[in-house]
Amino acid sequence: MKGPSKPPSPAKVSRSLSDYVYDPKTRGLVLQALVALLLVWFVGSIIENTIRNLEAQGIASGFDFLDNTAGFDISQTLIAYTNTMTYARAFLVGLLNTLLVAVVGIFLATIVGFGIGIARLSGNWLVATLASVYIETLRNIPPLLMLFAVYFGVLKTLPSPRDSLELPLSSYLNTRGLYFPAPIWGDGTWLFLLGLVAGLGGVVLLYFRARRKFILTGQAPSVAVPAAGLIIGLPLVAFVAAGSPLAFEYPVAGRFNLKGGLVVQPEFIALLAGLTLYTAAFIAEIVRSGILAVHKGQREAAAALGLHQGQIMRLVVIPQALRVIIPPLTNQYLNLTKNSSLAVAIGYPDLVSVFAGTVLNQTNQAVEVILITMSVYLLLSLLTSLFMNWFNARVALVER
Amino acid sequence: MRYWVAGCLALLTAMSQLAGQAGAQTTSTLDTVKARGQLQCGVNTGLAGFSAPDDAGTWKGLDVDVCRAISAAIFKDTSKIKFVPLTAKERFTALQSGEIDVLSRNTTWTMSRDTAAGLSFAGINYYDGQGFMVKKSLDVVSAKELSGASICVQTGTTTELNLADYFRSNKIEYDPVVFEKLPEVLAAYNAGRCDAFTTDVSQLYSIRLTLGNAADHIVLPEIISKEPLGPVVRQGDAQWGNIVRWTLNAMINAEELAVTQANVDQMKNSKNPEIRRLLGLEGEYGKAVGLDADWAYQILKLVGNYGESFDRNVGAGSPLGIARGQNALWKDGGLQYAPPIR
Ligand SMILES: N[C@@H](CCC(=O)N[C@@H](CS)C(=O)NCC(=O)O)C(=O)O
Repeated sequence: MKGPSKPPSPAKVSRSLSDYVYDPKTRGLVLQALVALLLVWFVGSIIENTIRNLEAQGIASGFDFLDNTAGFDISQTLIAYTNTMTYARAFLVGLLNTLLVAVVGIFLATIVGFGIGIARLSGNWLVATLASVYIETLRNIPPLLMLFAVYFGVLKTLPSPRDSLELPLSSYLNTRGLYFPAPIWGDGTWLFLLGLVAGLGGVVLLYFRARRKFILTGQAPSVAVPAAGLIIGLPLVAFVAAGSPLAFEYPVAGRFNLKGGLVVQPEFIALLAGLTLYTAAFIAEIVRSGILAVHKGQREAAAALGLHQGQIMRLVVIPQALRVIIPPLTNQYLNLTKNSSLAVAIGYPDLVSVFAGTVLNQTNQAVEVILITMSVYLLLSLLTSLFMNWFNARVALVER
Repeated sequence: MRYWVAGCLALLTAMSQLAGQAGAQTTSTLDTVKARGQLQCGVNTGLAGFSAPDDAGTWKGLDVDVCRAISAAIFKDTSKIKFVPLTAKERFTALQSGEIDVLSRNTTWTMSRDTAAGLSFAGINYYDGQGFMVKKSLDVVSAKELSGASICVQTGTTTELNLADYFRSNKIEYDPVVFEKLPEVLAAYNAGRCDAFTTDVSQLYSIRLTLGNAADHIVLPEIISKEPLGPVVRQGDAQWGNIVRWTLNAMINAEELAVTQANVDQMKNSKNPEIRRLLGLEGEYGKAVGLDADWAYQILKLVGNYGESFDRNVGAGSPLGIARGQNALWKDGGLQYAPPIR
């Protein structure tokens, strides 16, 4: 311990065992290690206990069931699925259905929420009051009730399949959902896709060039027309060049229902609408408080520079408000994802309905199924948080 | 800090105790039920004729009578029961976890439930099969015509699987709409979301009566599965399984021997050895299942025999008016056949 070259520090010389005991750092480390051990032991014994009890009760355990044939049908599948496929496949179908409603719901709720949040601050009394009424009503309704109201409301209003509502573009609406013609892509589709990608790339290029010019010269060149030309024109040319490789399958009347085409089911519409409207009310409040958190001097300064109302919002207020908005917004995104599990109540085949519902009941392996389901929601929440944290770090005020 | 350490220690001791306890879970269900002074019986949330509370809040039905008979055999009293209403999805977990002692809730005896699920079926109190109900206005007369139809079904049932099997083997396309709870299934069927509703036929008859104008709905003739319904217990307690099994057997045997609620006291004078064994006048059959000698007498006195229970709950004497059919005694051409008490 005592090197000849280093002069011994007084503290080190006199260290005895009791010094370690009273050293807060050492003590902290030891205690933490103890707690960690305790935790590992606690979790370990729960697992062991569960396995032992399941065995004692003669209940099958393990994850082998995932490879067994599912044997049941699912009404909405984003990937190919038939009832001869495995439980693992059914799990994937349910997961994708959950992701679909969560992602689309988050997207829509953000737009609606921002709109209403800004509307609530509007100088127009009517607009502000309507926004307030919306927020106060929807925030105070339990989401499950809301889903029931929307779902059965939707079902009661829609016409029966025999007198479907005819919409433009050969689309129909009835109690079984919204029917569109299904596109069927033929040979040569790749050329069209290539055109699309090239068009998109061109637009991005245009945008960056315009931005550079703006930064260098202060002039903002209008890119709308060339951009539109690129993104519509290029694919169009490619499409024609490939010999129009697109046909449509139209929904036609069957005995009970329309047949063919693409269907958006009423369960999905109701779940999406319910979650969006509900979450938007909370997002609106977050947006409002975020905007109010931006000092009014900022607006006045921006106005003094000659920016108009829209520019003030977009260029000055919102970027600053985002710092306040994003953390609680993340919470709402997580809530929406978790609330999507209420789908089971209105017959939308999400993860909870398909996996923690049907699969659990067919296999009776409650512990495993619930464990997997919980892990999925945990993972989804963590991923959302990670992404939002990254985004938050990007918009955070860089202090100098 | 010291409190904190003390807390951890307390948790530790509690945990080790818990671990020990769970390992040594061998107390008999009968003792638990007796000590509690109450039988916890899992029933349907509301299915008229099988298990549903009446206007006065008293549970009534064919499945409820099984609970009442078990309570009569143990306590000589049919009211020492806590009824636990369960949806299709909740029922097995409730039984596995010990929330209920016996499940008597139109539950189909299948191999996986009887084995891998850790459960054990104690008999069959209703022979059923799955069918379809459709609105009369659809002009459908056979399930084979249901190609392209939307079909409402409740999750957690054998119904869901049979449906897929039937349509797959008949190469018919359909669109399943799956709900967790019965009220939503029915609301969706009523709102026209589905063309057909499917479950066990007995339940279709029961539910049809609740749909407003019952004549607007018809039950299609196809029976697409075997649904032997009966009471279920946990595996691993043979005595308890015997009590439930023989409660049901006693009710069926009593019908065969023409012992009824009304004549059971008179029957005590009977010379028929089968009746004497049933009523506990000969042999030690009560003791063999851990009960008093008059266990079956109490069942018959307080609940009645199988035929009586069938009649007043789902049969001719009830609004359902279901014919005995497969549920008649074997000697009358049905399937109800109980092993002898001897
Ligand atoms: N026998 C079938 C189906 C029994 C079943 O749960 N039927 C449903 C549909 S009628 C029911 O009783 N639901 C009432 C509820 O869950 O409350 C099984 O054991 O899986």
